[in-house]
Amino acid sequence: MLITCPYCGPRDVIEFTYQGDGNRERPDPASQNFEAWNAYVYDRLNPAGDHNEIWQHSGGCRTHLRVVRNTLTHEISSVAFMRGDHGRGDHGSAARRKAEDKS
Amino acid sequence: MVERQSPLEPEFHVGSHGNFEHGVEIILTETRPGSIVQLAAWPGEEKRLIAAIRTVTGLALPDGAGGGLSDGVKSVFGFAPGKFTVADEAEGLAAAFAKVVTPAIGTVTDLSHGRTAVRIAGPKAEWVLAKFFAIDFSLPAFPVGAGRSTTHHDVFAQIQRTSADQFDIYVFRSFARSFWKALCHASEEVGYEVQ
Repeated sequence: MLITCPYCGPRDVIEFTYQGDGNRERPDPASQNFEAWNAYVYDRLNPAGDHNEIWQHSGGCRTHLRVVRNTLTHEISSVAFMRGDHGRGDHGSAARRKAEDKS
Repeated sequence: MVERQSPLEPEFHVGSHGNFEHGVEIILTETRPGSIVQLAAWPGEEKRLIAAIRTVTGLALPDGAGGGLSDGVKSVFGFAPGKFTVADEAEGLAAAFAKVVTPAIGTVTDLSHGRTAVRIAGPKAEWVLAKFFAIDFSLPAFPVGAGRSTTHHDVFAQIQRTSADQFDIYVFRSFARSFWKALCHASEEVGYEVQ
């Protein structure tokens, strides 16, 4: 499986580390809503199809990425930086714009 | 400053090795730069950091992911968004950057003792490196001056192409000897010379 890092280009999945489900919403740290915390820790969509995921390019540029992966085919339909302003207006901006156009 | 010892020393055997009867197609050397520095810009400060690199080294970074250049003495390349590796034959690069890269711009990390720089050159350099790293080493995909960060068996490596058939590889000092041995083994079948 190849993941096209917006900075480094296509790389083997061995360079990446899975950082979990990208659909989770972390409650406010001060929240006492146990339902929300329970959902954050345990509830997963587990779809048979496109899935929002967080990956880190740990063996490359080390940025965190927002990836949409199809759980049936492993097809990667979109990759973008978690932090949208990476390389704003200069170094790496061309790669970022290209990645954003695709997503 | 105290003299820096090379971690490659016990395995660094000058001369021709491997299958060199038909000629030497790989030259392996340790470049031993006096300074290796990693620079990182806070989000939005990349341009000011690139200007600081130009002030200190005189090198004007090209735009684009992984862009870089080398004048044979100093080298610089991007390896992540807003992050750069700079190497210089002379010592004192970190101190020079510390004066220019203010805390508002970003950070300076001196890696002079933390990385070992290995140079692989020759007509088969691309071919040998392709055995190590799953990236495209062809000239159009990896132009002269550009940098790439990748891994070999979980050993992090930063690679800069310093000419059409020459690459400088920066690896962790603690892994450098094992990486060097692997590089020598991989070069055996085409014949290599250690200089």
